[in-house]
Amino acid sequence: MAERKCTLSVLVENTPGALARIAGLFSGRGFNIDSLCVAETLDPTLSHLTLVTRGDDQIIEQIIKQLRRLIDVYKVVDVTEEGDFVEREMALIKVRAEKENREEIYRLCEIFRLKIVDVSPRTYIIEVTGDKEKLEAVIELLRPMGIKEIVRTGLIAMKREKKNP
Amino acid sequence: MGQIMTGARMVIEALKKEGVEIVFGYPGGAIIDVYDELYKNPEIHHVLVRHEQGAAHAADGYARSTGKVGVAIVTSGPGATNTVTGIATAYMDSIPIVVITGQVPTKLIGNDAFQEVDITGITRPITKHNFLVKRIEDLPRILKAAFYIARTGRPGPVLVDLPKDVQQAKGEFNYLEEIHLRSYNPTYEPHLKQIEKAYLLLEKAERPVFLIGGGVISSDAAPEVRELAEKLNLPVTMTLMGLGGFPGDHEQSLGMLGMHGTYYANMAVAHCDVLLAVGARFDDRVTGKVDAFAPNAKIIHIDIDPSSIQKNVKVDVPIVGDCKRALTRLLEMIKEVGKPKKYWKERFKEWWEQIDIWRRRYPLSYKEDPNYIKPQYVIEKLYELTKGEAIICTEVGQNQMWTAQYYKFKYPRTLITSGGLGTMGFGFPASIGAQMGNPGKLVIDIAGDGSIQMNIQELATAMDQKLPIKIIILNNGYLGMVRQWQELFYEKRYSAVKLTTLPDFVKIAEAYGAVGMRITKPQEVEPTLKKILNMDKLAILDVIIAPEEGVFPMVPAGKATTEMILV
Repeated sequence: MAERKCTLSVLVENTPGALARIAGLFSGRGFNIDSLCVAETLDPTLSHLTLVTRGDDQIIEQIIKQLRRLIDVYKVVDVTEEGDFVEREMALIKVRAEKENREEIYRLCEIFRLKIVDVSPRTYIIEVTGDKEKLEAVIELLRPMGIKEIVRTGLIAMKREKKNP
Repeated sequence: MGQIMTGARMVIEALKKEGVEIVFGYPGGAIIDVYDELYKNPEIHHVLVRHEQGAAHAADGYARSTGKVGVAIVTSGPGATNTVTGIATAYMDSIPIVVITGQVPTKLIGNDAFQEVDITGITRPITKHNFLVKRIEDLPRILKAAFYIARTGRPGPVLVDLPKDVQQAKGEFNYLEEIHLRSYNPTYEPHLKQIEKAYLLLEKAERPVFLIGGGVISSDAAPEVRELAEKLNLPVTMTLMGLGGFPGDHEQSLGMLGMHGTYYANMAVAHCDVLLAVGARFDDRVTGKVDAFAPNAKIIHIDIDPSSIQKNVKVDVPIVGDCKRALTRLLEMIKEVGKPKKYWKERFKEWWEQIDIWRRRYPLSYKEDPNYIKPQYVIEKLYELTKGEAIICTEVGQNQMWTAQYYKFKYPRTLITSGGLGTMGFGFPASIGAQMGNPGKLVIDIAGDGSIQMNIQELATAMDQKLPIKIIILNNGYLGMVRQWQELFYEKRYSAVKLTTLPDFVKIAEAYGAVGMRITKPQEVEPTLKKILNMDKLAILDVIIAPEEGVFPMVPAGKATTEMILV
């Protein structure tokens, strides 16, 4: 069976150990986690978790069922399966910005609408937000300038509302 | 306003509210406050074990044999880690137990304090859920939730880790009559559309098989299983955990299937066109090679745990729900359609003829030998003498499989065995729990000479409680099941399976004040069994059996279930 990427949106009780349960479930059952993003929700008693994983249909079905089986897991949605959704990721990129390429990087940021969030005599820290493809494109363009460090948040995702109700 | 009391007292009050009369445990520094309350509340009977593993298994045996939640109480650190095997055993077989562990005071947690261990971390993958109680305010709700989670849905073990300062702190005891957990809502009621699909498959079936597992026992669905089987004239086979869910002496019973299942059960499953599986999870010991398992069958799978469905085999009609309710709905539909019993009898006539050919071809059998006691013969005699009315606990290995094959379990909750985890040393402490929960009943532990030594210290516990348990050791001087694999698949390289030094089990019995007897000849079996079964005292019967007897039929691991080694 074909492997597919799958983005899961998981609401989980904001209790100590809830994240450990989820991480433990993946390692214990041999499932993959490509990225994981956790934060509070509007309801402070729930945390939201976006989890990107891979597998064939049967494995993804198992992953979802096993997640639902955890007592602390309130809701699991396979965003990719539902179809229409928005995905975003953010990265902070520390890039060498010496005299000769400072201007070029600045222009690049304008074109891609990137934010320079920190300036030092020899580096910029650039904030990139977008889907995976945009992030990869920006990273590739900046690479020749000399990337010192990258930190990525991992994907977050949200279902779109129906346009024509 | 609830009463103000200490956390330790809350534990006792919660136990009373939950109807717990018996707990199994072992004290220690971090649980001493709870033990102080146990001292003041003798209406809760505490059974002092000799090793915390024994407490967990005893709570488990109590739960399996009574259907109630079993409770174990132990201290922090090693007390807690010693329960790990017991918790994992209960988890694999979906048995409701609550384990309460002491913990170092909250301000010391994480400091590597004396007898500190992160037991919620350790047991996370082997509990249905666990809790570390940090505030006295949370304790009543957590205790309520622990029992609720353990016994509802697919049952399982729950651990509550209770720091010493929380035991000593005072708070208000508001115990809820009912609890609702927004993130935990097991599905009991099956989808009627799915029931209808199942019915339609059965109606068209020509070669159906009814497969039942442990879920039938835990949902008390044995009466519905029997009604359905008899109404539709279905052949019934059981997993190890399902034994007793349908009477083993019933003419429609094919016995156990799988690795050491009967030839005819495995043949029937391999050739069936509709497999109705209820409360079973298609474990590898049941399916053998998955691709060759029931290859021509449409599979209907009823289970309360959605994750059990489609996990190992592809299912055509998944039904999520409580086994008892799902079978009840199916029976209602059958009644509504109203096909007469004769219809089903006629319908599966040819199929039954085929099954009977298989039954006659290779019934369960063993070769008698005048010089040696055959273990199968011991179990057969035991079945005859107890008329299938005893609660039988087993250890793990050959003793367990011979018991599963030759004792025809007639009722649910009469076989207490570690199916999923396969825990040696389970049977005897479990029999303590079973006997505590069933005071008037005959409780027997069928053991091997290897397994019994894994928790033999619990003889003291059983003697303390004056339990008339009977331990029958099928003694071949080997770790027999491993030896059998080495014989068959490793060219008889008997690596580390000979138990060269065996204790004198008769003297061990006597040392604890119990009765010990030994037999070596086939003709001694019946009279000696009669003798010990009539004793009102704990007795060990050391049965010296043919040393290299194997368990057959056998499907080699990873092979199709039709590729059985028959003798």
